[in-house]
Amino acid sequence: MLSIWAEGLRSALQAIATNKLRSFLTSLGIIIGVASIIAVVSLVQGLEKSITSQFEGYGSNTLFIQQQRDKFGQLTGELSNHDLETLKNIEGIAAISPQTFLFEYSGLIYGSTEYSADVIGVMPEFAEMDNSYPEVGRFITNADANNRKKVVVIGDKVREELGLTRENAIGAFLRYGPHWLKVIGVLEPKGKLLGQDLDSYAYIPYTTAVSLMGYQRKPMVVFVGRVANVDHIDAVRDQVISTLRREHGLSGDDENDFSIQSSDQVLDTIGQVTSVITLVFGGIVGISLLVGGIGIMNIMLVSVTERTREIGICKALGATRADILLQFLIEAVVISMIGGLIGLALGYGLGIGIAAMIPNFPPSEVPLWAIALAIGFSTGTGVVFGILPAAKASRLDPIDALRYE
Amino acid sequence: MSSDPHVLIRLVDVSKHYVMGGETLHALDQVSLDIRQNEYAAIIGASGSGKSTMMNIIGCLDTASNGVYELDKKNVSGLTPNELAGIRNKKIGFIFQTFNLLPRLTALQNVMQPLIYQRVSLSERRERATQVLDKVGLSSRMGHLPSELSGGQRQRVAIARALVTNPSILLADEPTGNLDSSTTADILDLFDALHHEGQTIVMVTHEPDIADRCHRQIRLFDGKIISDERNR
Ligand SMILES: Nc1ncnc2c1ncn2[C@@H]1O[C@H](COP(=O)(O)OP(=O)(O)O)[C@@H](O)[C@H]1O
Ligand SMILES: [Mg+2]
Repeated sequence: MLSIWAEGLRSALQAIATNKLRSFLTSLGIIIGVASIIAVVSLVQGLEKSITSQFEGYGSNTLFIQQQRDKFGQLTGELSNHDLETLKNIEGIAAISPQTFLFEYSGLIYGSTEYSADVIGVMPEFAEMDNSYPEVGRFITNADANNRKKVVVIGDKVREELGLTRENAIGAFLRYGPHWLKVIGVLEPKGKLLGQDLDSYAYIPYTTAVSLMGYQRKPMVVFVGRVANVDHIDAVRDQVISTLRREHGLSGDDENDFSIQSSDQVLDTIGQVTSVITLVFGGIVGISLLVGGIGIMNIMLVSVTERTREIGICKALGATRADILLQFLIEAVVISMIGGLIGLALGYGLGIGIAAMIPNFPPSEVPLWAIALAIGFSTGTGVVFGILPAAKASRLDPIDALRYE
Repeated sequence: MSSDPHVLIRLVDVSKHYVMGGETLHALDQVSLDIRQNEYAAIIGASGSGKSTMMNIIGCLDTASNGVYELDKKNVSGLTPNELAGIRNKKIGFIFQTFNLLPRLTALQNVMQPLIYQRVSLSERRERATQVLDKVGLSSRMGHLPSELSGGQRQRVAIARALVTNPSILLADEPTGNLDSSTTADILDLFDALHHEGQTIVMVTHEPDIADRCHRQIRLFDGKIISDERNR
């Protein structure tokens, strides 16, 4: 029984090899279809993995509390120090750390060199929550925060752009508008995410940040809170909402002037976005596989007609309908599977190439399921569109087929 | 009719007609015929007299319009396409005027082909095919494609392919029709030798001297048997 399959495979490979160019053109639709799905999936997956890994640093027990924005993106709500203190008292919140983004001055200046780093005010807990660890020097301490020290921990890119070395960075003074900030630490390099250089940040104590921008009307603030028990995250979340509503004097049907998300929700949202992208492209690729399949069917029908006499000979030698059907089906499947494999390699290369060409784009990532899907789909296309020509071949009458000129 | 235990092929009132443009053409008209084991029979007759039609029916490549065909005492009329394929595969060795080798396969692969349909393993296929190719004197050309072989060599490959399944009967439809006279003589010597070994052979020819080498001459005319003579 094995021999008929092995023989079918051998004869299919031979038929394909005899007509290399035609076989290639036949499977072109499959090649293009599979290559594009693999390229798109690898890019989207790479993106998702890169974003996800950033948020995973926070752990699933993390809540992000932000000011609400109106539909133009303007901050509408306010998150005050008082809010922070109140939230700290909620049972179930293990730690809560504020962050604020300073947009006061254009950048940090060292000597005559200026670099437009993003300056963020954070508390000491931030280091652990953000996986930001100093390579040299130290991170912000409670003492820094309590005393509103004008100290700064800089990303590696900031250090580099300002012309500092790891050796001479500690103790250097950076000018930020009218203020002088002393460098106390340089963070380990983190790389890039979504075009955002993660090493281009400079962190100062939150308290210092608040005092620096005391007159700014609406500073952009995020409270990053960690829940003691992840199972209670929803209850804690509800409590945060009701506490803030009460503090903000919101009544019955007023909308929240803040937003609250767990890191799982953020991950869910990202997952949803990427699966929609994958699905949309999947649909487009499905159509191209359909076109590819019709191409295969077409050529196989031509091939059956051309080989009518051969089919007649095989039937004269005792091939049954099933034997002939199997032979042509194997041929269609092998053509489309080879197309699928070529497409897989091409799409893999394409994904790597595109990811490399777009600045700051994360490396592409081909998941195993996409490989299985690509091979499965191309094989399926071969079966579905090979069956008609194969059936046509198998039904030929031996004597008619032998007489065919 | 007698129930001779050695009858291999029995045709009873077998007809084949084609309807073309409202007219019915009787390619074979109520033919009855017995062929016994180890016979060496020639079917002769003018072109268009129905020789190939009869051979194709005997070879189960074609089916009769009417009548009964028994092969090895088994009624063949009314079998399914798959059953007929099995009979072609196991009981019949068919040799064509135009050789009908598979062009992309080597001589050896061509001879192995019928055994694939019997699900014979590759090693056994190779062994048996090599043996018959040796027997027809082609062991040195086994790896060649049909296009690399002479007409006589191609027909030897075709004969080997017909013999490899040890068929009950060898059917040859003008096997030397495309060959020159010296090659024809070689092929006919091979048939003689095969018959001598006990092989039943039915051969279509329209050359009287070839027919005379056989032990029986069945003459067709307009789809009917008009004479049936034994010269040995
Ligand atoms: N498929 C067919 N359709 C119509 N007529 C056919 C067909 N096959 C054979 N014939 C006719 O049947 C008759 C016998 O043909 P054939 O058996 O091939 O003759 P032979 O082999 O003796 O030359 C011829 O008149 C031929 O034209
Ligand atoms: Mg003829």
